[in-house]
Amino acid sequence: MEPQPIITVKNLSARFGDNVVFENVSFEVYKGEVLVIVGGSGCGKSTLLRIMIGLLKPFAGQVLYQGMDVTAAEESELNNYRQNIGVLFQSGALFSSMTLGENIALPLAEYTDLEEDAIRRIIKMKLGMVNLAGYENHYPAELSGGMKKRAGIARAMALDPRVLFLDELSAGLDPITAVELDDLIVKTNEALGTTMVIVTHELESIYKIAHRVLMLDKTAKGMIAEGTPLELKKQATDPRVQSFFLRQLPPATEKQEFYDN
Amino acid sequence: MQEPNLLVGLTGVFNLKNLTAFTGGIRREIAGGTFQSITIDFSGVTYLDSASALAFVQIEQDCALRGISCHLTNLNDEAKGIFSVIHAEALTRAPFKEENAYEGFVRRVGQASVSLARDFVSFVTFIGDLLVALFYTLRHPGTLRGKDVLFYVQRAGVDGLPIVGLIGLLMGLIMAFMSFLQFRQFGANIYVPALVSFAMIKELGPLMTAILVAGRSGSAFAAEIGTMVVNEEVDALTTMGFDPIRFLAVPKVLATIIVVPILTVYADLFGVLGGMIIGVTSLDLTVKTYITQSIRTIQVFDVVTSLIKAAVFAALIAAIGCQRGFQVRAGAQDVGKFTTSAVVAAIFLIVVADSIFAIMLYYVKRL
Repeated sequence: MEPQPIITVKNLSARFGDNVVFENVSFEVYKGEVLVIVGGSGCGKSTLLRIMIGLLKPFAGQVLYQGMDVTAAEESELNNYRQNIGVLFQSGALFSSMTLGENIALPLAEYTDLEEDAIRRIIKMKLGMVNLAGYENHYPAELSGGMKKRAGIARAMALDPRVLFLDELSAGLDPITAVELDDLIVKTNEALGTTMVIVTHELESIYKIAHRVLMLDKTAKGMIAEGTPLELKKQATDPRVQSFFLRQLPPATEKQEFYDN
Repeated sequence: MQEPNLLVGLTGVFNLKNLTAFTGGIRREIAGGTFQSITIDFSGVTYLDSASALAFVQIEQDCALRGISCHLTNLNDEAKGIFSVIHAEALTRAPFKEENAYEGFVRRVGQASVSLARDFVSFVTFIGDLLVALFYTLRHPGTLRGKDVLFYVQRAGVDGLPIVGLIGLLMGLIMAFMSFLQFRQFGANIYVPALVSFAMIKELGPLMTAILVAGRSGSAFAAEIGTMVVNEEVDALTTMGFDPIRFLAVPKVLATIIVVPILTVYADLFGVLGGMIIGVTSLDLTVKTYITQSIRTIQVFDVVTSLIKAAVFAALIAAIGCQRGFQVRAGAQDVGKFTTSAVVAAIFLIVVADSIFAIMLYYVKRL
């Protein structure tokens, strides 16, 4: 089956004042795939993600979701779009004054006409999906970092979104928790067919979860590579891509800079 | 007649939006009919989300309870995948923690008393720590973060000048106007300037300035330190070998103590000015008479004690602001709670201290 694009990013440019973050970034997110965006600090990964979820307006370009331009949409259209996406923020962004159950119930109560009993069952199911069954009355402060991330995923999945965006998926987690999280991503993607756009640095998790990888670069101010993780590792000719996938310092110039500092 | 089998054929999209409608329909059929078995055919389903899959699991369970056998047929791979994420065990597991239940009146009164007592102890402890830190700073002036002090002098003082001036002016105006309405019945207009300046300098100036500073700066201190606690910045300071109180609280307290007496003088002057506007426009007094009349009743003792009072208020405001900030444990709600508490407690302490001053000064003056 020909892969169907669900989100199309066209010639996207982002700037903060005079500072150009990236320019002319174009790619497609296909239905059901796990797309990983990588790149060094400051290359604009998170900015790209924020533009794609409609939190930030780009300097130029379009983000098309089912024919609607997210970057130019009215607030009501954007709200409609947001019900079709789920977002996991870097630090989880769970509401600290609410229990996990209440966190997950919030969008359900707002956007559906479900009865309380049905909502309670959905909460149990979603928590079960992320291996947190029984934690509905816990507050976020009572959870460990990995649990918070999983709870964040459960909340992001509350409305069964078509596309799930995950920012800095495994940053700050221990390797075992990170592996558990990777498993959860793979399992959820396979079972529910949810399309996922993930920002991460973890090479191991990239090999495990990514169907496709995009690489952004700060000096190039844009995209420098696209492909499956193995393709990028084996066939990339760009030294910046090679050094990322082989975990080496880039040759000469930056190394020198590193020691000069 | 008993029908042997109910066949339910599903077509189209099944998601959160229509979940209540279709489960309601199927439930009604089950409740009303007398079937031995139900077959739900999924061949026409184009989209199924996890919530509706859960609803079908629920229907299966309902059927089992009624002794009806239920079959879900023609599930495609996608739907099978969705059913696979529903763990029966997770659905029935009891929460590890009970929901916060309503507690009885007696229990809550008890808890409130305990927390009040704890609150008092922690405030006194904090004042002790703060005094130690202040004395340390006095003995080692080099450790004082001068830049921070200046920063807070600007924040709490300079930036507060417009509002303090405006409120002072209006208070003077109102007082002069109200007293003029009363005094003119006795032809005692000449006493209006004295009343305004006396009240402003002795009571209203320090009190009003302190309340404004509590609202502007006490809350800011609590919110700032509270957010730092939440972001683990305070822990970072401690592990780097800094005393958070010396580092964060001392500059704020010193800056406030410097600034509030100055703001008080400023408020007093504007109060007198406000009175003078009424005096000149309505009382037929000249500017010169108004000023001489204002000064007549004021003694140096009053001015000095008023400034001391302002400094004490300042110390209370800054101390309680910082202390409430350090009490924050986690989360945005805590920051809000303790910021509110900082302002309320500061105003309470200001009024208490003012009453103590009123009584004390009366006896001191008689000596």
